Amino acid sequence: MSLTLAFLGDFGGAIDFIFQQRDSVSGGVQIGGLGEIGDFGAEHLKVSAVAMAGACAISIPIGLYLGHRGKGEFTAVTVSNVGRAVPAVVLLYFFIAYLGIGFTNVAAVLFLLAVPPILTNTYVGVRQIDPQIVDAAHGIGMSDMQVVRRVRLPLAMPTIFAGIRTSAVSVVATATIAPLANVQTLGEPIVTPQTYGFEGQLGAAIVVTVLTLFIDAGIGALQRGVTPKGVKLAGESPEKRRWFSLPTRRREVAT
Amino acid sequence: MSLDLIAQLQTRERTGAGCVAENGFCPDWIADNWDRYVDPFWEHVVLTLASVAIGFAIAFTLAVLAHRRRWLVPPVASFTGALYTIPSVAFFFLLQPLTGRGFNTALVALVCYTLLIIFRNVITGLAAVPEEAKDAARGMGLTDRQLLWRVEMPLALPEILAGLRIATTTTVGLAALAFFAGAGGLGAVLEEQPFFRSNVVVAGGLCVVLAAVLDLIILAAQRALTPWRRAATA
Amino acid sequence: MPPTNTDPEEDSSGGVAAATLEFREATKRYPGQDESAVDHLSLQVPAGEICVLVGPSGCGKTTAMRMVNRMIDITDGDILLDGTSVRERRPATLRREIGYAIQQIGLFPHETIADNIATVPKLLGWSKDRIRARVDELLELVSLDPHETRDRYPAQLSGGQRQRVGVARALAVDPPLMLMDEPFGAIDPINRERLQNEFLRLQREIRKTIVFVTHDIDEAIKMGDMIAVLQKGGKLAQYAPPAELLMYPKSKFVEDFVGSDRALKRLALQRVKDIDLWKVAEVRVGEPEREARAKLNDADISIPLLVDDRGRPLGWLSQEGLAGERVQEKLRSKAEPVIDLDDVLRDALASLLVAETQYAPVVDASGRVAGVLSLEVIGHFLHDAPAESRTGAELVEERE
Repeated sequence: MSLTLAFLGDFGGAIDFIFQQRDSVSGGVQIGGLGEIGDFGAEHLKVSAVAMAGACAISIPIGLYLGHRGKGEFTAVTVSNVGRAVPAVVLLYFFIAYLGIGFTNVAAVLFLLAVPPILTNTYVGVRQIDPQIVDAAHGIGMSDMQVVRRVRLPLAMPTIFAGIRTSAVSVVATATIAPLANVQTLGEPIVTPQTYGFEGQLGAAIVVTVLTLFIDAGIGALQRGVTPKGVKLAGESPEKRRWFSLPTRRREVAT
Repeated sequence: MSLDLIAQLQTRERTGAGCVAENGFCPDWIADNWDRYVDPFWEHVVLTLASVAIGFAIAFTLAVLAHRRRWLVPPVASFTGALYTIPSVAFFFLLQPLTGRGFNTALVALVCYTLLIIFRNVITGLAAVPEEAKDAARGMGLTDRQLLWRVEMPLALPEILAGLRIATTTTVGLAALAFFAGAGGLGAVLEEQPFFRSNVVVAGGLCVVLAAVLDLIILAAQRALTPWRRAATA
Repeated sequence: MPPTNTDPEEDSSGGVAAATLEFREATKRYPGQDESAVDHLSLQVPAGEICVLVGPSGCGKTTAMRMVNRMIDITDGDILLDGTSVRERRPATLRREIGYAIQQIGLFPHETIADNIATVPKLLGWSKDRIRARVDELLELVSLDPHETRDRYPAQLSGGQRQRVGVARALAVDPPLMLMDEPFGAIDPINRERLQNEFLRLQREIRKTIVFVTHDIDEAIKMGDMIAVLQKGGKLAQYAPPAELLMYPKSKFVEDFVGSDRALKRLALQRVKDIDLWKVAEVRVGEPEREARAKLNDADISIPLLVDDRGRPLGWLSQEGLAGERVQEKLRSKAEPVIDLDDVLRDALASLLVAETQYAPVVDASGRVAGVLSLEVIGHFLHDAPAESRTGAELVEERE
């Protein structure tokens, strides 16, 4: 019983932290309130957006090219596997130790984190398009560029967006620990409990969670919006594609 | 940080000389201080294995239930998906009012992360079993239970183990953040001296190596347990 | 459960004798559909015989078959296996007594061929030695080398080989009844014919009661001892042996389904030796002309056939050949084509048509003339009922 009350009490305090300014634990500084949360949030989104923009700008064209040509499947798979094996935090600390702290370095780490899912999913999304459709497009007389732009890209959109969604969630989540490198995102209260106290940490945690869920849902809606209507009708829903983040080899069906 | 260590560092700082003072990559230091990493390493291993084991048990059971009752799939998928989306660090804190600081908090959070991956892969694996094999099995007189365990599970094994691999490597990565929940692990060691390259390389390196080793172990198990796939391509 | 069938024959392995099967007003209705999938189907399959269910797609033939082993539940009516209703049996135990072979075969990819075949024996708790012996026996029965095949995986076999393994698997516990749903459907035509012949040969040895589903009327005629033609809505249009079906189709539907070439199909079931051939006057060179003319009076054909001293045909004699005192070797045409007594009538007809001739000499195994086959004779045959009707099985068996 007391556990439940304590639980409610902590959350109450956390909500309070989000909305109202109060004194810091050590005293002397005003912390909390929407203003500060907003500043942290802005920084959080800024570093995430930079990383995502960079990752998309690099990964999507490369993924499209490789997928169209059919080369480099091994590379795509390896990139994905390696990307999984190296945890974000390790990468971050590596950067801190070797390259120092700061916005650019954090953005670089997040960029490296975001690339594998987008690159792999773009590649796979393009590869999985029925070769007969591409053949027909070439047959009508479309140039290579046109085939990519008007056929491959739209059909691969759902898968590509699934990759973007996975990356975005990873990036926003990892940006939480950016304060370890002196970039003051929403994780700042979490890494400085001596100033913000447990309620501050909890409050920040709540905001980060809500933000991430929001972004996930938002990109999901975008994914549905970007899926060509014909593809949706054919039953290839973005929900199914979401479960991809790795290339799968075509199953051998043996009887 | 232990007092010994602080003293050691301060001594080195005072002398102002050497690799350590410059926060560089110092093999000597590493050789001397190897045992600093042992305990955190095992903490990390235990946390990873426990989380994956419990997560697998839960997700596998849910998947077996949902396999025959398809209506369960969307709600379970959405719920585990939502859990998966919550940033791990935030999750550690959201749990603290309930579970306090320490191993249990990290465990609960990490278990929740494995659920989606394993559930998804078990369901997909079971769904990919050829219809005709199931029809023949039923027609020959296998009961539903026999069908599940003698035919569907073995054929779904590759997909299930693939999910286990992903879950394990992801959990190793997330366990590096467990120090936020007060659960130690290699991340804690990293955090202690984030600017010291030797420390970062060793702690980080151990993390990556652990992920790779566990990945390979499961891959080897997959190869050993599915001889028919090797025969097909031979 | 002691078999109550009247057929005293036991199969070669000394196991359970074949069962009788009866559909008694068996009906399957799906909720929300007006037409039944199977509508009051009633027929009896004698023990040890192949009953083919044939019809256009959607006629309920597969549904009817799957009702026997309760893969599909019976809505109304009953199906009796050796006199006992299948509805009273537990599905799993019932199915272990019935061999089951489907079109896509459905071998377990993750098990070796030996393990695949051993599926039901293992379920029934047979000893390892017994299983191993049985697996080897079955592989040989379906013309596969046990040593080479037993440890392979399905993916390593060809389509035809997998089909045979599927049959072997269905035979594993020597069941009294077998259900086969287009088992040769997924094979190319050349191998399909081979498999059909082998299967018929096998059936002669093991004499199982078999329900065989196909959409191919030619396969039905070849394989079946009894044929049940089903039409849309799961209604039985006719249930008869193949020859009767071809000669006396009961309705326009059956007539159309069997095909307007049903006369030709009948010819495929008959051999030249089975019909009454025309008598021909066999004359030799140097024979007295009067004797030759005497023979002509007796013959059914007015042209004499010149034969050598061993009775083998040389050619049809011209008028000049009979002009003098003795028969001379003056031919009007060669004796081609030469038909063999053992030839299937349809092939003989084809030979006649290709050679653009109305009649041809028929010889026996040693080459000696036995008579003359003509289009008229064939026409007469098609008109009258034959003394005995044959089945495709018998035709294959005689070929050996």
